[in-house]
Amino acid sequence: MSSLLDQVAAKALALGVPLSVQLDLTWRCNLRCLHCYLEHDGGAELPAGAFAEILDQLAGAGALFLVLSGGEVLLRQDFFEILEHARARLFSVKLKTNGTLLGASEARRLRALAVQQVDISIYSHRREVHDGVTRMPGSLERSLAAVRELRSQGVSVRLVDVLMRQNVSDYQGVQALAAELGAAFVVDPTVTPKLNGDRSVTALRIGGSTLARIFRDPSVVGHVGEFCAPPPPPDEAVLNEYPCSAGHTACYISPCGDLYPCVQFPLPCGNLRRQTFAEIWRGSPALTQVRAIRSRDLPVCRQCANLSRCSRCPGLACLEGDLLGPSTLDCEKAHARTSIPPSLAASR
Amino acid sequence: MSPRYIARNSNIAARLLGDEMIVMSARDSTLFTLNPLATEIWQAADGRTPLAEIVETRICPKFEVEPAAAYQDAEAFVEQLASHGILLVSDQPIEPA
Repeated sequence: MSSLLDQVAAKALALGVPLSVQLDLTWRCNLRCLHCYLEHDGGAELPAGAFAEILDQLAGAGALFLVLSGGEVLLRQDFFEILEHARARLFSVKLKTNGTLLGASEARRLRALAVQQVDISIYSHRREVHDGVTRMPGSLERSLAAVRELRSQGVSVRLVDVLMRQNVSDYQGVQALAAELGAAFVVDPTVTPKLNGDRSVTALRIGGSTLARIFRDPSVVGHVGEFCAPPPPPDEAVLNEYPCSAGHTACYISPCGDLYPCVQFPLPCGNLRRQTFAEIWRGSPALTQVRAIRSRDLPVCRQCANLSRCSRCPGLACLEGDLLGPSTLDCEKAHARTSIPPSLAASR
Repeated sequence: MSPRYIARNSNIAARLLGDEMIVMSARDSTLFTLNPLATEIWQAADGRTPLAEIVETRICPKFEVEPAAAYQDAEAFVEQLASHGILLVSDQPIEPA
């Protein structure tokens, strides 16, 4: 039986409503994380008034779930002005931050504004490992202080642990830390190429055997038997599915107002300084192209037995050079999950 | 019977999706979808209009229901949302937050 959220998402899809939007307020950051996909220096940022206008347009288009992210959002002096506007428009707001600039007064304001959840990236419970990833001494201590401030205010916090070769052996330590702090916990094995096309950061990715081991940890995936079960052969329903929600019920807006299907999907669709959101959402040829793609249109993936278990990211496929091709990272993840190798999967 | 006033809690998230209102509780992130009748009550919950008047002027004519039965349903709906902190209920008009 589908959840209420699934039903809402299905209705949004049927109506063509952008239910979920990620808005990056800045690409500036005070950390220099090894795996970051952004260029932090330079780049235009819209003023708070322009973001307020965009939020009005998004509310009018039916968007409900808003992720405010960056860069580090708290580097913007007008961050709370933008957040207050978002809440006045009744968005459900989640915040992504490194937490190093978040103290008691910011935590109180986030509580007062009823922010739904704050995601804070924690790469290890060990200072030398976390700070080694962020390349900022003292960052673990400051991020954890932010988590404590938020929790003391009753704000929901989730620790996000991006898994890399540098920190993968520490995820259980971060998980224990989350439990101690009353925070949720999630691992993310996705290290994406930089948005400028530089793929060097993908060397940080963990290997398939390590991923397979993590996917068999019930504290991470829940019921291992269900999570790792070989999928049934793709049927008509699976082949007719859209590959993901990007461009259908979700989109991403950059600090300068560029609109993309997703933060990981570098397909420019328009700019909100020159067009309204509705004009881009309804009229962008790039979005029309993305929306036309069904799983059956993917020449390699449609033959793969892992199709219904695969979280194929069209954005990562696009970054690899083929919008209709496989995303090799997701092939590896599906393999780690089901034990069916992609080559065999493709020939079954 | 004293009048009952209802107002939307400002701490919620909400959006109209088609003809249904999607409401999320800030307290526990519970998601609700309101049917068109409940959506009508929700949209009229301005803290100043008594519930009985909302039922009489907005619900009965639009949905062609009897006032007594409609009021009973509206009260149950209001109690449910109030228990999740989504609606505020008072026997006095409610000032905006």
